[in-house]
Amino acid sequence: MTFFDEMTGADGVLRAPYRIIHDWLETSPPELLEARRAQAEHMFRRIGITFAVYGEKEAAERLIPFDLIPRILSQSEWTRLEAGLKQRVTALNMFIADVYGAQSVIRAGVVPADIILRNACYRPEMAGFRAPHDIWVHIAGIDIVRVDDKDFYVLEDNARTPSGVSYMLENREVMMRLMPDLFMRNRVAPVENYTNDLLSCLKSVAPVSAPGDRTAVLLTPGQYNSAYYEHSFLADRLGVELVEGGDLFVRDDIVYMRTTRGPQRVDVIYRRIDDEFLDPLVFRPDSALGVPGLMNAYLNGNVTLANAVGTGIADDKAIYTYMPEIIRFFTGEEPILKNVPTWRCRDADSLKYVFEHLSELVVKEVNGSGGYGMLVGPHATAQQIAEFALKIKADPANYIAQPTLQLSTCPTFCDAGTGPRHVDLRPFVLSGANGMRVAPGGLTRVAMKEGSLVVNSSQGGGTKDTWVIEDLHHDPL
Amino acid sequence: MLARSAENLFWVARYIERADFSARMIDAALRLATLPKAYGGDGNEWVSPLAAVGNLDLFRKVHDKQDQNTVFNFLAFDRENPSSIRNCIANARRAARAVRTALTLEMWESINAAWLELSRIESERDPKNPMSREEVDRFLDFVKAISRDFDGAAYRTMLRDDAYWFNRIGLYAERADNTARILDVKYHLLLPQSEEIGGTLDYFQWTAILRSVSALTAYHWVYRESVKPWLVMDLLVQRSEMPRSLVSCYENIARYLDLIGQHYGQQGPSQRLARSVHATLVNSSREEIFQRGLHEFVTDFISSNNRLSGMLAEQYFPS
Repeated sequence: MTFFDEMTGADGVLRAPYRIIHDWLETSPPELLEARRAQAEHMFRRIGITFAVYGEKEAAERLIPFDLIPRILSQSEWTRLEAGLKQRVTALNMFIADVYGAQSVIRAGVVPADIILRNACYRPEMAGFRAPHDIWVHIAGIDIVRVDDKDFYVLEDNARTPSGVSYMLENREVMMRLMPDLFMRNRVAPVENYTNDLLSCLKSVAPVSAPGDRTAVLLTPGQYNSAYYEHSFLADRLGVELVEGGDLFVRDDIVYMRTTRGPQRVDVIYRRIDDEFLDPLVFRPDSALGVPGLMNAYLNGNVTLANAVGTGIADDKAIYTYMPEIIRFFTGEEPILKNVPTWRCRDADSLKYVFEHLSELVVKEVNGSGGYGMLVGPHATAQQIAEFALKIKADPANYIAQPTLQLSTCPTFCDAGTGPRHVDLRPFVLSGANGMRVAPGGLTRVAMKEGSLVVNSSQGGGTKDTWVIEDLHHDPL
Repeated sequence: MLARSAENLFWVARYIERADFSARMIDAALRLATLPKAYGGDGNEWVSPLAAVGNLDLFRKVHDKQDQNTVFNFLAFDRENPSSIRNCIANARRAARAVRTALTLEMWESINAAWLELSRIESERDPKNPMSREEVDRFLDFVKAISRDFDGAAYRTMLRDDAYWFNRIGLYAERADNTARILDVKYHLLLPQSEEIGGTLDYFQWTAILRSVSALTAYHWVYRESVKPWLVMDLLVQRSEMPRSLVSCYENIARYLDLIGQHYGQQGPSQRLARSVHATLVNSSREEIFQRGLHEFVTDFISSNNRLSGMLAEQYFPS
């Protein structure tokens, strides 16, 4: 089977954005690539960019494999993608505001009520709440795939606490240090201003009542969380305190952090812990990660949480299936980015189809993430398929199915030399009271195993630097 | 700054300093253990380092023999020993990760590189097979280099603000504790009368003490005399030019606490205690110390130093 390759298309003809990289790959001896790869790994390990994988005790801190060969988008491709992302996130924000507000989307019959109201991520506590500046999803990570050079498909929306942006930033740093020559020959749009944009985004959404000098913090579950490196990295770049639940307390519905000079008021919390753990008085009482009283402070408008509470409904894969309608309903526009055709197992007809085609489909839990709890039909054994079928039968509404997408491939450096590996792309979209911003490119994830379609880092996937380059560039030197 | 950050900065420096001290104690004991009995090698060389790092009881609970390899493994690698070098480095890294944002990249890299190297050494080591003397030396040099690298990074790259001051206070509080503990374990060798009793026999014990705080050369520069026990005591307690002396440590602690007090516009109990400990060290004459009893003097110091840590926590690291 041939796939659309980012470098050579479907027909083996070199695509323009890859001219220089192709030339570089042709002329660089494998030993050089190997030496650079080893250097990159050494740099990542020294800086401590590690990733903890749940359920792997001995590998408590592991490196995500980094691939040297960049994934490249032309400026014109990016312009289209960026417009699509802004459109989609605008709709997501309006949708979530509506779900906790007027619920016109339900009354108009665009999305069935039960999908929303029975959703595990729907937060009844938020009903009637108006998020500061009407922004709910301050930071969104939209997973994009492509199967040809025409369309971009959204694979899923991450509106809770999308991670991975530190890899986007560090990958670029490492690439620029290791291969300055490549950056001399390609004009690559910079991504380093992301944290600056994020900080102004966070400060822009502080409660109106906040004092002039607004204090933002990043709330982490702590250093045993799989994304702790990212939390500390971002706090450092943002120049804000990296706090744990125990560092914060609430008095008279105002949030304070404990400092060496006494309590200091906090206005915006970029929280990297899930809703359920935020406040033991409202959500899970056993959570030691959160801050008692935080929800009261939030609902009284004395602190802004980014992202807002309850945005998880947008991550739901059943809601995903309605996104084209949601975009049309709220923006009045045709969606620029496509949805992957999806069967909702809650519908009897679809369920029947899914059961008949399990070996061809990818089946996912509606609330799953990180590549857990899914079935990749073409790569599963008969027994795995049979076991998964039982799970679907027990709770059909919990599953959706999609065709096995022929994800595009990108040349990737591996043990046997350079070969095509499947990739996706997670761009990061910021929404503040000061407008929307998208860092050019995003995080490209790559399935390091030949033929594998699973790019999640928890399942052994790697990452690549992602370039957006000018359409017309100079001839190779 | 975040209270928890200040606390972790304080502890990072303490753990690194403690690892360094353990390495020096092992070094000194190894040297003593090579001496014939007639020169002070009494077969008990390995008791002092255990006592000085405060783990003699724990060691005796777990082990019945005190041979070199058992003690070395216990002090260097044992995960059950809370202040083994391995655990100090692991704890330093844990604290460093928790305040990653308050450390400079150079400081983080020095700790992280140390941790990676230690993990490599641990994985290649066979606990049943004693390390060769050469491997032991290489290991101790590696540990001592960590503190130099970390301190150098802190000194060269940190902003001179409260983060730096809390970090330095941790270092000096630990160093003062370490020096006091050697004095506590060895005080009987430093009493004035031991000159007659011990004579040259104790020379090697005294020099071992000096070596464990890397002060043998310093001793000769300061006193230009042969090694005398009361001068060893003087050097380690009251000489402000000696960076590991109690008085030098407290000069630093008092200074950094004052800077914090000025910076925050508020003095508190820890500033007052640090100044009073410093005054006691400066104002006690050598005769007074011996009259009162060196042992009592040192024990009092250790408990004041512990009290200071408690006060710091109360004043600056509330949780």
